[in-house]
Amino acid sequence: MTGALMLSAAAAPGGSVLFAIFALAACLCAVAVVASQTVVRMAFWLVLSLGSTAALFFLADADFVGAAQLLIYVGGTLVLLVFGVMLTASGPYLKIATSPGETILGAVVALLFLCVVVASVSGVTWPEPVAADAGALQTASGNTLRPLGLAFLGTRPDQDLADGDQLSPGYLLPFEIISIHLLVVLIGAAYLARAKRRAVGT
Amino acid sequence: MILAAQSIADFLAGITEVIAPGKGLQYVLAAVIHAVLLVHAFALSPAIFIWLERKVAGRIQDRLGPTRVGGLFGWLQSLADGIKLVQKEDLCPPAADSLLFRSAPYFVCVASFAAFMVLPFSAGWVAVAADCGLFIILAILSLEVFGIIMAGYSSGSKWSLFGGMREAAQMVSYEIPLAICALVPVIAAGSLNLGEIGGMQRGGVHNWFIFHDPFAFIAFFVYFVVATASCKRAPFDLAEAESELVGGFHTEYSGIRWSFFFMGEYASMFAVCGIASILFLGGWNTGIPPLDDALYAARNAGASGQGSAIVGYLANVLGMLVFVSKAALGVFVQIWLRWTLPRLRIDQVMTTCLKYLVPISCFLFLGATVWPLLLATALQRSTWTPEALGVRAAAELRESVPAADVPATASGAVTAVEARQESATEGAVR
Repeated sequence: MTGALMLSAAAAPGGSVLFAIFALAACLCAVAVVASQTVVRMAFWLVLSLGSTAALFFLADADFVGAAQLLIYVGGTLVLLVFGVMLTASGPYLKIATSPGETILGAVVALLFLCVVVASVSGVTWPEPVAADAGALQTASGNTLRPLGLAFLGTRPDQDLADGDQLSPGYLLPFEIISIHLLVVLIGAAYLARAKRRAVGT
Repeated sequence: MILAAQSIADFLAGITEVIAPGKGLQYVLAAVIHAVLLVHAFALSPAIFIWLERKVAGRIQDRLGPTRVGGLFGWLQSLADGIKLVQKEDLCPPAADSLLFRSAPYFVCVASFAAFMVLPFSAGWVAVAADCGLFIILAILSLEVFGIIMAGYSSGSKWSLFGGMREAAQMVSYEIPLAICALVPVIAAGSLNLGEIGGMQRGGVHNWFIFHDPFAFIAFFVYFVVATASCKRAPFDLAEAESELVGGFHTEYSGIRWSFFFMGEYASMFAVCGIASILFLGGWNTGIPPLDDALYAARNAGASGQGSAIVGYLANVLGMLVFVSKAALGVFVQIWLRWTLPRLRIDQVMTTCLKYLVPISCFLFLGATVWPLLLATALQRSTWTPEALGVRAAAELRESVPAADVPATASGAVTAVEARQESATEGAVR
């Protein structure tokens, strides 16, 4: 996060401590999601896990992504999930019991996914982290909104064309396409879920 | 009340260097001091607002309200309430899911209090001066609903479940017009940084964004209605409707956990009114141009070390008082509305939002985007006020950077803003 507090936290040795705390919280809560059996408890652990992930984004000076994570996943998706459970549950505290077979299958899939992640992360040669130089547009670290907005329109002050970087076309068109797509889905959902009235006399 | 973390860290540098070398402890202490200040300020403010609520309710219902505790006007009534609540037994009904039931109040409280991290109280007096402050504060405030739903679901009671479901339906709908109305002044300011938005409204009441254009004027009132609903205040308090649902989502709660819900409610009332005051009502600016200019001069002199630091500090205290009184006025109006208007029915609440407030806010948003173009074609200028917004923004940027350590980038930004402003005015004139 941009302010002096988080800035200092990231710069100070405390930054790595905070990272460790939130990373551990995110992982443990993710395990608790799998371990718990009630749907709403799962949602509770998922909120904590996703919230810790948002805190990690804030620590990495990615304010916008962190806030979007909170607004969309924690504030939006999870509330809808719990709302859906409350509307559809047949009794109080709906439980999902997993059979041993499902548990083993899930563990195998998770393990394979872990292998893929570890293999790909270790396969990448990470460049030395350099402070992004966005010229006059970025006054303090974490103030990513202005560069983000300009990149949206295709202006990338952090890229140097003379240095061989490709000219970015901007993200405006993909963004518009996704917006229209979501609007279509919304109208479609409203159409499908509408109250069906029987025609009189048939 | 809230200094920049850096200044506290610098202040502590001398002390902590003796105890433990290095910067770690100093930053931890700075963070703890901030958190303690914020939590105490907003544990105390509900006490004042609850007293105000009782008093206003009493007067509106033609009675006196609290008169005994603490003597004059019963000003210690909240303390008596608080002591009573702390003493009560902390109950958890056997039908409840105890983990969720016990943790739900903390969700509500943490979400409401965390919002104050990014809310500026005066020029530069903000814990975290985020570039997308408004976005973060709206995101954090939207988390509160999860605590309410969890409380409603985990209580194991039908009344609570109904309250939780209503709250979920209401909040999911009212977040949309809230965000769209908050965007109307953002279009005028061209920034999501709450500090920048507040700074742009200095110099006269006509510079406040509520008077920026007719759409912003209407948007303020729509925002206020929606904000009242998003704090689940009457006439939109369907989640706790006492007349039908006993206590709604908090039926099963007692003691200190019950009071956490109300501390969260009053804190979020103050937060939404604070956002309204920054977005529409000039934030910490007094609206009197000579006074504002003097205060800004004192602040900048204090910050750059040319003038007295104490005078600069006092100027910020005055700014904070202006901001807090504007926000408290908003809270007072919310209390006034609660005791004057009857509660809506749940279908009326949803109709108000989806059929009226959402279309109205979309129209206002569209109008706010078209307004500058309209002015530019009709009057050859970008705003109706004598001084264009870009000039103010450039002055703000130039003053906020101390002259002694102007980096090349910052002065470049100032000239860029000026150049943009010049080309814009030239274009408009042409």
